[in-house]
Formats: sequence, C-alpha cells, structure tokens
Amino acid sequence: MELIELRHIYKTYRMGDLDVPVLKGVTLTVAQGELVALMGASGSGKSTLMNILGCLDRPSSGEYWLDGQEMSRLPSDQRALARNRKIGFVFQNFNLLPRTSALENVAMPLTYASAHLSDRETRRRAEEMLCRVGLQDRLDHQPSQLSGGQQQRVAIARALVNRPTLLFADEPTGNLDSRTSAEVLHMFQQFNGQERITIILVTHDANVARYARRVINIHDGVIRDGSFGVRAKADASQIDVLPVAAAMGGVR
Amino acid sequence: MTAYRIVRTAMKALQRNPMRAMLTTLGIVIGVAAVIAMMEIGTGSSAALQKTIASMGANVVMIRPGTAASGGISFGAGTITTLTPQDYEAILRECPSVRSAAPVVRARTQVVYGNRNWVPSSIYGTTPSFLDIREWATLAEGAMFSERDVLTAGKVCVLGQTLARELFQGEFPIGKEIRVKNVPFRVVGVLSAKGANMMGSDQDDILLAPWTTIKYRVTGAALENSNQSAGSSGTTGSVNTLSNLYPGDAPNLFPARSAVQAADNPMPVRFANIDQILTAARSTAEIAAAIEEITAVLRERHRILPGEPEDFSVRDMTEMTDTLSSTTTLMTNLLLCVAMISLVVGGVGIMNIMFVSVTERTREIGLRMAVGARARDILRQFLVEAVVLCMVGGAMGILLGHGGSYLVWLLLHWPVETSPAAIAAAVLVSAGVGMVFGFYPAWKASRLDPIEALRYE
Repeated sequence: MELIELRHIYKTYRMGDLDVPVLKGVTLTVAQGELVALMGASGSGKSTLMNILGCLDRPSSGEYWLDGQEMSRLPSDQRALARNRKIGFVFQNFNLLPRTSALENVAMPLTYASAHLSDRETRRRAEEMLCRVGLQDRLDHQPSQLSGGQQQRVAIARALVNRPTLLFADEPTGNLDSRTSAEVLHMFQQFNGQERITIILVTHDANVARYARRVINIHDGVIRDGSFGVRAKADASQIDVLPVAAAMGGVR
Repeated sequence: MTAYRIVRTAMKALQRNPMRAMLTTLGIVIGVAAVIAMMEIGTGSSAALQKTIASMGANVVMIRPGTAASGGISFGAGTITTLTPQDYEAILRECPSVRSAAPVVRARTQVVYGNRNWVPSSIYGTTPSFLDIREWATLAEGAMFSERDVLTAGKVCVLGQTLARELFQGEFPIGKEIRVKNVPFRVVGVLSAKGANMMGSDQDDILLAPWTTIKYRVTGAALENSNQSAGSSGTTGSVNTLSNLYPGDAPNLFPARSAVQAADNPMPVRFANIDQILTAARSTAEIAAAIEEITAVLRERHRILPGEPEDFSVRDMTEMTDTLSSTTTLMTNLLLCVAMISLVVGGVGIMNIMFVSVTERTREIGLRMAVGARARDILRQFLVEAVVLCMVGGAMGILLGHGGSYLVWLLLHWPVETSPAAIAAAVLVSAGVGMVFGFYPAWKASRLDPIEALRYE
C-alpha cells in the first residue's frame, strides 16, 4: 500500500514581480514501511519538497495523497492535526525547548491532539519513548546537560511519541560527529525495521543516504531517479538491522 | 487542553526565564500596588473629608411649621403652630433613616448675669440630642443638661462660647446663676467653639436649655395664652405664666374668667407646640429617604388628606450635600485616572516583553506548529502567558499596595480604608490588561509561518 503519493506537484514562489519555480512536476510514491533518502544539492528543491510532504506547506498545484487523504488543499488547522497524528519531525539542530527537561520535551506533542490523556499516561508514554532511545536515566536532564547525540535522541523520542506512521528527518546528522551519526542512523533503521515506521531522510550526504534502501535524487526541481520503489513488503525483511545494543553501547 | 494544563504550560514557559518574567511583572506590580494604595488612602481621606463636612451639619433635616393664612393673607413660614413634641417622638420612632431628632423652641430675650447683660442671637429650648444632631460633640466645660432636666423643666442651661465670654469675662461660668426673663438658670456647661456658619452668623452666640423650661418658664406661650395669636409662638408670648412668683412681672391684662364665662365659651384644648424639629439622617445618602419618611409620618399625624397642602415644611442642607457628593466624585475620578495611567504603562511593558518573547521563541513556535499546534493553540498559549503574568503581578501588587497603605496608616496616621471593590477591580483590570496588551503579540505569534519560524536564527 502506498503511504505517500505525489502527482505532478508544482511549487512556485513569488519574489516581487518574479515567479520562481522550485518544484517542476514532482511525481513519486513511498510505500508504508520504507526507509527512503531524499537527496539533492542545496537549492535543488529538496527542502521545499520535504515541507510539502510534511504538510507544513501546500503545493501550487498537483495532488498529494497521504495515507488515503488528499492533503494539498486542506486548511491549516487540519494540516496541523495531520502533522500531530501522522507525522514526526527530526531536525538538524534538534529544536528542543531550552531549560525544559527531556521528559517534558518529549511529552510536548501530546498536549496538542492527545489532551484526553491523563498526566500519568502522558508521562508514561514519554518515559517509554525515552527508554526506547536509551535515555532512561536522563529523563530530567535539560538539553544543555545533554550531548548532541543525546539531544537528537530526545528529538527522535519526541517525534515518535504520538506513534506517527511517517517520520521526517531533515539532515538529522548535520550537527553530529560521525560516530554519533552512525548511532542515530542505526536507530532510524531499527525503528523502521521493528515498528514499520516510514522514514524519509532528507540529506545532501551520500554517506547518510547509504543507510536507506532507496534514494530519491532531486535536481533543479525534478526527480532524477528513485521516484518509485520496489514493493515495500519485500524490502522490509531484507533491511539488515544492527543489534540495538550496538547502537546504544557507543554512547555510554 | 484543560484550563489547568494551559495555565501550567504557561507557568512552565515563564519559569524558563524567571528573571525576565519578574521584571515584566514589576510594571504591573507597581501599577496595581499604586492603585490599591491610592484607593485605600483615597477612600480613607474621602471618608474623613465626608465626616468633616458632615460635622458642619450636612445630614441635618429641619422641619418647620407651615404658614398660617387668614383671609387670603399668608403670614409666611413658621407662623402656624402645628408641630408638637409628640411629632418629634413619632419621627424618632417611625423613621428608620433618622438617626436622632430634637425639638426646638426659640426665644429672643435678654440674659443677665450680675451687672452684665447680653441678647444672644439664639436661645434654644431643646433636648440633649441637639448636640448630636449638630455634630457638636464636645463641651469645653461642664456637661450637657440631661433628659431628666427636660422632663422636669429644670432651670439649667448650657452657654455658647460668645455668650459665656460676654457674660462672664473670663470668670468660671459653671454653677453660676444667670437670669433669662427673670427666670434663674444654673449654668451647667459651656459649648466648644464652632465659629460662624456658612452664612456668617455666629453659632457660638447661643443658649441651650431644656425645651420644657424655655417653653413653660421663659416664653410661657402655652395653654390658653398661646391661642390668642397665630403668630410665631416662640417669640411673641409676653405673659410668663410660671414666673408669676417673681416680683416685677407683667400684670395680667385681662380679668380672670368666671365659671359662667368658661362654660359659655370653652377654650379649645391646646397641645404644646414647638417651633422646629431638627433631625439627622443616618448618612448623606439617606437624606432623601429620611425626608420621605418624615413627610409621610407628619402627614398622617396631622391628618392631611392626599392632595392637600402640608402644614409643615421639611428642608435639608442641599448646598452642603451637593458639595459633599461632588467632592467624593472628584476624588474617585481622580484616583481612577491615576490608576488607569499606571496600569496602561504596566500593560505596555507586558506587550513589549511579550514581543521580545515571541521573537526569541520563534523557533519554539515553529516547532510547536510542526508537531501539531494550530494557530489558535499558539495564540492561546501566549495570551495565557500574558494573562498569567498580569494576574501574578496583580496579586503581588495587591499585597504590596495593601502593605503600603497599612504602613502609611501605621507611620503617618493617615486615614486608610480597605476597599474590596478596588481589589476586585485590580484583579479584573490586570487580567484585562494582560488580555488587551498580550493579544497583539500572541496574534503575531499565531500568524507565523512554521517553515520560516523553524529556520529562524
């Protein structure tokens, strides 16, 4: 089943009197459970495409089907709801709330669409997510007391606390050294393999893209290759998942 | 999200920068503290001022008899003798807005002590509550005559400062005997100085005595003598019935009536009349009610049919009460202006800091939007932060202002009055200031584009 289906997406920005086309007819599909890298040089339209895929922005024209729902014409409140329920984001610069504990950072998305949860349940879910990323003894640490890799893992826990089907990672290793980068990327693979969470890695780094099964290359607003993957079902079993301990072990 | 969680989120966000939150709140704290202190000191001074003005007799309501008329000629106010001591007792009994009442019988005659004499501008026969009505609380010397003196028509009197000075020339007056129309009076007290009234006449040129004494012993215009004339009863009686004991009094001009004459021509039974009733309303606000009640009671007692003109007139000190109420309004409005200005200044401080906060937290806003916050969630978050800031500031301001006014009372002995209305207003206004001045920054925050906000450095 295709989770994401883009058909003839165009995006044009207006700069003064000038129309600047950024995406010029992008068509691609991503299946449920895929781990895809979206690659392109800066200025290629990679970020714009990610914003549209992440429901942060709307295309000028074209269709965007996410999980059976047409997203390109939704009003902003409904897109916010979709972002909360279906999508998680991991950013290059972590974007954690300063002077706020890791636990509260992770619980933050729950306060928006999952207000029905009790305080205890919210805390339980946030704790569980932090344990999953190996930070069970850093619950009350503030971002300034955590290393870069730990901060990024808090960000991953935050992105997944609402149990989304789709995770975007925008240059997730851009601010990390190579060893921590490997840990974080292994963690993505692990979540992709175990939870069947669809992950889209946005990067310009070929070393990062290696961790994905499929690479979508975008250049100058059009997809060069990788628009359509092999069936995801077949893929999932073949992804080689490194042991969790290996990913965790390096941090301590 | 429940209200509790929203407030908790706001508190947490504010706790992330406690120093700035405190400094921001300072504007509101000082504003509200100033308002509370001003209001408390202001209402205190206002109350003190009102008390002072009231002591000039602002709450006094006077009842005088109406006019007598004969053949189309009216004789002017006070010429009919319809007010009775029973009227004043009924007013005291039946009018809840009246604090106290006193009858007044007037005389104008010579007062003699030794080889000195003087005609005081007023000789009032009354009851002890006269002093209470005129807010003439303290006596300089001695004591006021008693209710018992009134019942027994005791020959005692209290002198005003001017009269005492003229008669006694520095001699100690208490216990001395003076004569009023040949009736000996023992001086039991000297009033404190009150000065001139608003019209300039000397209020200290006065003699107070029990009304029964003045009525029956001095003017003697009671019983059969009083109905010979419709003129002012207090001043026209020249026959002094009870002073017949004394030498040198006026001889009876008419021969005594025989039993036959009395049977043929019976004297109508007369009640004792009084010249005036002074009453004091419980407060300035109750003057109107007091007048209404007095009018109703007297109309009933005098059996005046609906639509008939009254045989008495009721008046109050309109000039003084107007001054009183205008002073109070002026005071309140002045304080309100000061309050508004300080709160607006505080509110501008809040707006300023909220803008800084929104700018500084642009990335956070972008992130919150990315994880699913709608525009209205962001708006609400920043609005609640501003309101919480203002409310906390307001609470601290109330404590500070209350403490301040307490200190003023403690150290400077200024009159201070706690004003629950001011406290309630301060809470509402500080929340309102938070809403008004927090709204624009919060709205700006909610309009941010998540993509731009996330990229903001």
